[in-house]
Amino acid sequence: MSGVAFWQGNEAIAYGSLAAGCRFFGGYPITPSSEIAEIMAEELPKLNGRFIQMEDEIGGIAATIGGSVAGMQALTATSGPGFSLKQENLGLAYMAEIPIVVVDVMRGGPSTGLPTKTAQQDVMQARWGTHGDHGTICYAPASVQECYDIAIKAFNAAERYRQPVLIMSDEIIGHMREKVVTPKIDPSKLVNRKRPTDVPEKFVPYRPDPQDDLPCMASFGDGYRWHITGLTHNDWGFPTNNNDEIEKKMKRLMSKIDRFRDDIVEYETFYEDDAEVLVLAYGSVARSSLRAVNDARVRGFKAGFFRPVTLWPFPDKELEKLARKVKTIIVPELNCGQMVLEVERAVRGRAKVVPLNLVNGELFKPEEILAVIEEVA
Amino acid sequence: MPSQEVFSWLRTRFFPHIWCPGCGHGIIMHAMLRALVALKKDKSQTVIASGIGCSSRMAGYIDACTMHTTHGRSLAFATGIKLAKPELTVIDVMGDGDCTAIGGNHFIHACRRNIDITAIVMNNNIYGMTGGQASPTTPAGSLATTTPFGAIDPSFDICKLAEGAGASYVARSTVANPIQAEKFILNGIKKKGFSVVEILTHCHTTFGRKNNRRTPIDNINFFKNNSVPLARAKDMSEEELAGKIVTGEFVNKDIPEYTDQYLALIENVRGK
Ligand SMILES: Cc1ncc(C[n+]2csc(CCOP(=O)(O)OP(=O)(O)O)c2C)c(N)n1
Ligand code: SF4
Ligand SMILES: [Mg+2]
Repeated sequence: MSGVAFWQGNEAIAYGSLAAGCRFFGGYPITPSSEIAEIMAEELPKLNGRFIQMEDEIGGIAATIGGSVAGMQALTATSGPGFSLKQENLGLAYMAEIPIVVVDVMRGGPSTGLPTKTAQQDVMQARWGTHGDHGTICYAPASVQECYDIAIKAFNAAERYRQPVLIMSDEIIGHMREKVVTPKIDPSKLVNRKRPTDVPEKFVPYRPDPQDDLPCMASFGDGYRWHITGLTHNDWGFPTNNNDEIEKKMKRLMSKIDRFRDDIVEYETFYEDDAEVLVLAYGSVARSSLRAVNDARVRGFKAGFFRPVTLWPFPDKELEKLARKVKTIIVPELNCGQMVLEVERAVRGRAKVVPLNLVNGELFKPEEILAVIEEVA
Repeated sequence: MPSQEVFSWLRTRFFPHIWCPGCGHGIIMHAMLRALVALKKDKSQTVIASGIGCSSRMAGYIDACTMHTTHGRSLAFATGIKLAKPELTVIDVMGDGDCTAIGGNHFIHACRRNIDITAIVMNNNIYGMTGGQASPTTPAGSLATTTPFGAIDPSFDICKLAEGAGASYVARSTVANPIQAEKFILNGIKKKGFSVVEILTHCHTTFGRKNNRRTPIDNINFFKNNSVPLARAKDMSEEELAGKIVTGEFVNKDIPEYTDQYLALIENVRGK
């Protein structure tokens, strides 16, 4: 169904997920993400899907993984405290290579923090929150339209690469209303997990396809019998202590992101051709940043704008190229300096990196960013 | 020796198993497989979920759709699987620590929802896998590596907990009575609703070593000498029952099941 809607970011994530083929939601209510659960509770039964409110977020992500294992595209959504609770089972989904999408509508932290105010304090948790090494695919939407579009991309990526995909939204994006265009979905553009072609007797559940180094995935109940475990396992899915098998599994978990990095990475730039001062921002902060850059341009400053749409994989090569041309990169964030570490890593000293941090629960005003552009220009 | 049919449910390619020689967990696995064979279950339509612990390793050894999850959380994973595909037979095998400590919240809520899953709780009164620390079912006064002076906290009665939380089938047996254990597991699987089958088992390696039950035989004899069938227990006083293991079927009732209700809800919503 194509159309135009006037939605909140949270609504757009819910409807985008449904459009992508999501048919399972397991979760636990928490501000500012609850609208996603509420919409899924109402819409999923209409589509013969499944919604379950679990006893906590740990159970919410566990049920979500279970739904995916049984063959349904599955979503869970939460906010800071709930995101912390989900971390252990998120790790199971990485290790067992189970596709799910996890949304964190960020609010201020640590702890219960600021339930109704915005922040970007969970972005490093998105990368490193669960214990152990793994590759991360993480999107940060900056508009309601993008919430819708990214929900579809996130499900496609989860299904394609067989792993959890994270959407780090924030309270402002989640609760503001904007016009959304919902194009007619072309089913051939939706990715579904690769199903095994072998007969069940020959099925080796984690044997990667030589084409893309990714194993195909059967669902419980469709005739294939296999073992899933969070223990490090071999191609048979069985726990192993064999050094070579351990190394092979771990390398493949990491390399599936490295290998497809260019397909996954997304970013947006403005005025990068002649920019001397670059503002790098993501999520809600990208909005006031772009406004500040436009205002700076009007005042004659050579300002540019860079917005990572995927926080991970981070568009490091692309940023590094730009860093050769610009003098300074300003990184405004609603935290005490998290993505700026990735920026510094990518830039490798080629430009001066200036963090700009706000943790009072409010969004930057464009003039606050403009003032810094003028100061460093 | 297991029958050919039982044997066919094992993934012998994954053997040897990790259990200590004489561990009670194998007796429970055998009882469960006999029940599955008796019920003529299709392996490809049977899910065995488990948490983390020696007991939970069982899932890997069974040639079905098996999922070894995180410590205490298996019922929440199993709930997702069952809700997505209610036609599957879903069994959840877990340890006493798994079920009543870290997983206690998931356990009571699975009982409350009355979702059609059979939970087999392999209660050896100890954390076997991690080397014999106390669990919520370690009897007061017993020794464990974290209760070197004797446990001072009272232990859970898993069956009472399940009954109070709303499960539709609740039973207890011991590894000294594998025929009864098999029957209860079979009845639990047949029951449309959440079933809890607690089976007292032994970890002679950790619990037994510290509590005068060093060998598997000591433990089997302990269960034999201290089990009291429910019918007899009804006429006994609380003092007489102290330290005894009451075995039998405590709950067996027909109440609305969760996935049935959800499918009816879907039909209602879509019919409109
Ligand atoms: C989150 C988490 N905490 C702790 C552990 C360590 N751990 C592994 S098994 C176990 C206890 C197992 O005891 P039980 O469930 O009774 O099973 P048993 O080994 O006795 O069969 C613990 C504490 C873990 N794996 N995960
Ligand atoms: S440690 Fe105890 S529970 Fe674990 S396998 Fe050995 S005897 Fe069984
Ligand atoms: Mg135990």
